[in-house]
Amino acid sequence: MLFKFLKSSHVKSGEITPENIYLGRREFIQDTARIGAGVAAVATLGLTPSPAQAEVRALDNIIRDGAFGTDEKQTSYRAVTEYNNFYEFGTDKSDPARNAHSLRPRPWTVKIDGHVDNPGDYDIDDLIKPHMLQERVYRMRCVEAWSMVIPWVGIPLAQIIKKLGPTSQAKYVRFETLVDQKQMPGQSRRVIKWPYAEGLRMDEAMNPLTLMAVGLYGKELPNQNGAPMRLVVPWKYGFKGIKSIVRISFVDRMPSNSWKRLAPHEYGFYANVNPEVDHPRWTQANERRIGEFRRRKTLMFNGYSEEVAHMYSGMNLKKYF
Amino acid sequence: MRLSPLKITAHILALLPAIWLFWQGWLLYDFQDNALTANPIKYIHHYTGDWAIRFLLLGLAISPLRKVTGWNRLISFRRMVGLYAFFYVMLHLLNFIVLDYYFDWGTIIKEIIKRPAITFGMTAIILLLPLAVTSTKGWVRRLGKRWIKLHKLIYLITILAVVHNFMMVKADILQPAIHMAILAVLLSYRLYHWFLLRKKASPANPKARRSKAVGSDVTTAAEKPCPPTTS
Repeated sequence: MLFKFLKSSHVKSGEITPENIYLGRREFIQDTARIGAGVAAVATLGLTPSPAQAEVRALDNIIRDGAFGTDEKQTSYRAVTEYNNFYEFGTDKSDPARNAHSLRPRPWTVKIDGHVDNPGDYDIDDLIKPHMLQERVYRMRCVEAWSMVIPWVGIPLAQIIKKLGPTSQAKYVRFETLVDQKQMPGQSRRVIKWPYAEGLRMDEAMNPLTLMAVGLYGKELPNQNGAPMRLVVPWKYGFKGIKSIVRISFVDRMPSNSWKRLAPHEYGFYANVNPEVDHPRWTQANERRIGEFRRRKTLMFNGYSEEVAHMYSGMNLKKYF
Repeated sequence: MRLSPLKITAHILALLPAIWLFWQGWLLYDFQDNALTANPIKYIHHYTGDWAIRFLLLGLAISPLRKVTGWNRLISFRRMVGLYAFFYVMLHLLNFIVLDYYFDWGTIIKEIIKRPAITFGMTAIILLLPLAVTSTKGWVRRLGKRWIKLHKLIYLITILAVVHNFMMVKADILQPAIHMAILAVLLSYRLYHWFLLRKKASPANPKARRSKAVGSDVTTAAEKPCPPTTS
């Protein structure tokens, strides 16, 4: 075989590309593309050139997290930024894109309180800057049975939490959105009780999938997507992804979350994507991916079972929906 | 049948929402991805449902409006309004079956049975069918008094439709609440006249009974749906 091969192609052994490099060429192309995206992200986020920037651009994190990512077709930037549920700017899906210009994402203060070593009012950049930004391409499944694939840019929430140092009493993390009628005109109507609030169990918050997003598609978060900082929990329904966060509290009891408070028989605290537990008013067994015609089957934990199922072993997910 | 300029205008107005929808649908087909939002099927669902309810309410508003304004010609538009309600209801149903679930009958039937809101909506559609079929002059003649009785179903249908609308909303109930308020006004108008009529017709009031027997009671026009007149 070898003889034949040499004969037919006349390639000297020294010219043959080592197999590992050959197989790595796709990764190389992707990495190069990701460096580009990283540079773009840094540029649009307005960070000054510094060693920190080099860290942001470092490939290590991004490649490693590629394991969580998906190579499914990404939803168009336009759809991601013009079709939003963000009731602070109106209840219609197109309201946020239309009305969110009044939000001022800088300067932005985030209050950290509860059972934590380093409480206080933090400037958002002080929370973000110590960390490297990573791109994570996640599926996003809305509780309304539609879904998207979004390339987020952010920091694993676990990194931020570790720096803040929660005490052993901290069992849950509670998040709160800004309340300011001038910036968020939708809050003039009490469709839900403001502020919007969400929560995670500590192990969920520390799960490597959980992301504090500050950007998408390599750009800073548009206001309507929850600028300057929003949660992304890809195995849960989209409403867990609280936007424009101004407060993070470390608490010992399960906090209430807005949708559960509004309709406790329809929305739970966990809100894990689960095709076997229907919303009382519609099926959760399938979903429409934005940009597609036919519905597709919804996956358990939105396809992230491997990473998250262990956190719920032994739990009755029909009861804790 | 000759169409008056007024009728033609009414037809155009009633068709405008559908024309706009098909125009946007064509843009979508033409790859203008902003047409009908990023989730066109959901958009069409809400859009056709809203217009169906608007026409149902408008249909119920015609005889009170006629009473209030004294413009008797209004009644000749009622059949048309009812049939446009049916038209938008059919678009709504087609969207559900064809675009949303793509003939996945198993799921469609399960959803109709399992979700009270959809059960209500589907019941309204089924009840609306005989009304649409019997809307022709021939059927009015053939059914006589029974036509009036049959077409009283429109009250139940509209109530079911508005309740269906209310039940589908996640948090912002403003729009279905407006629909419900309009429906409440239109129904109480009829209840009021029905009570008025009963009081007059009660044995304690022989005078009223006599007047009713003579058939000169004008209030009946308000609560009794009359067969469509020709025009």
